[in-house]
Amino acid sequence: MINALDVAMTRRIGEFELDVAFTVESGISVLFGPSGAGKSLTLALIAGLLRPDTGTIEINGQAVTDCAQRLYVSTQQRRVGMVFQDGLLLPHRSVLDNVALAVRQARGRRARRAIALSWLERVGADSFADRRPRSLSGGERQRVALARGLAGEPALVLLDEPLSALDASVRAELRGLIRDVIISTGLPALLVTHDAVEADELGDHIIAFEAGRVTGRRTVDRPADADAEARRDVPSSDEPS
Amino acid sequence: MERWREVAQTLGPKQKLTITVATVIVGLGLGFGLAHLFAGAIAYWGVVSGPFFTTVRVAVPATLIAGILGIASGYGLAKGRFPGRDVLESLGSLPIILPPTVVGFYLLEVLSPGTQVGGFLTRVVGHDLVYNVDGCIVAAAVAAFPFCMRAARSAIEGVDPLLEQSARTMGLAQWRVALLVTLPLARRGIASGLTIGSARALGEYGATLMVGGDINGKTRTMSLAILDAFTTPEKNTMLLILVLMAVAAMTGVGLLGRSRS
Repeated sequence: MINALDVAMTRRIGEFELDVAFTVESGISVLFGPSGAGKSLTLALIAGLLRPDTGTIEINGQAVTDCAQRLYVSTQQRRVGMVFQDGLLLPHRSVLDNVALAVRQARGRRARRAIALSWLERVGADSFADRRPRSLSGGERQRVALARGLAGEPALVLLDEPLSALDASVRAELRGLIRDVIISTGLPALLVTHDAVEADELGDHIIAFEAGRVTGRRTVDRPADADAEARRDVPSSDEPS
Repeated sequence: MERWREVAQTLGPKQKLTITVATVIVGLGLGFGLAHLFAGAIAYWGVVSGPFFTTVRVAVPATLIAGILGIASGYGLAKGRFPGRDVLESLGSLPIILPPTVVGFYLLEVLSPGTQVGGFLTRVVGHDLVYNVDGCIVAAAVAAFPFCMRAARSAIEGVDPLLEQSARTMGLAQWRVALLVTLPLARRGIASGLTIGSARALGEYGATLMVGGDINGKTRTMSLAILDAFTTPEKNTMLLILVLMAVAAMTGVGLLGRSRS
């Protein structure tokens, strides 16, 4: 069986050395560990925003980084969808435009906007599609960022502490949404967090990080019914509403 | 209006009188100024129109050329990782530092059909690039270029690189990131450079004189015509028109920079 992600790489930044090897299968995998463990750095390397010093990264069995072969597939061509901690929505574009720009599977502005709107509906953000990001609350911004990360039908979804900048009540609300929407798409996802509750609630597999090393791995026991419920509740990506 | 009424109610009688008198004086001044301008424009239009249209024919394309080249080179300097970037910026900024006549001298050396480069350019373009409007456009563009380049570099460097990274993860190619993210986010700084550049192109004098000459009806811009008309009454009209053109150009480009914000 082909893994969604195979990583074996090193990267040194000053005194800090990242040296990790792990795989990601279907479902949501969580990189869990304290701040400064190298989790976000790992995500940036997988997304191609940075280059490792040595090693390889494969997405769906396709090498996107191979330092020995000097192979570095650009971020644009990796087909990863990324959700950042602060959303990082483009401030000069409307919410709808932010998501429409990420749609890769359709040509033409109208078609892209229609797909974008269907994604905004799925995350409950369609009511502020015409607004600018700066007028949104933190929770609203992260809903849009989630829609944008998924709208391009990526091969892998990367979420870099998507809830850490939010209030506790909003965090709890968005945890359920993130898991339901991602599971409903069937896309593999890799999420970074330092919050143990978040890791257990969102993840199917937990990969523990500490000081730039993988220190453990476990699978979360989760009733199969819960995900089946999520798939029923949220329309599939083939049927945009 | 409500707000103004509220403000008016807080003023005492002396303050109200002062504001009224000041408004009348300023209004009369503006009225007489405008009347003088229009009267002058009508009376001397035959003399003023030629330099006016030549200035427009020179300043508009010069600003466009300097803007496009300035933004492109500013982007290259901001994003490129190559040695000698700062030296290149200094070279590009020389027209700010050098006296305009020196810039004109070098331009004349480069553009004259008698020189190797000038001969090549003359063959490419199909006609001489000196002592005509094309030469004036080149001179004005060279004078405006450094302002556009430096402002663009500074504005582009000020764009949050994380926003550009997020755009790359959306699958946008590098040129689309530049056009859809970087340049729109840097537009205010770029517009400010274009504003100063356009003002420089409007008022260019020394280099234009050396490259274009001061040929009445052909290369005589407002700046040159003002010197020629220094002892005649139409100079006041031309001065006012030039000031209005500069204000209009600066306001227009400034508004462009603020639009969609």
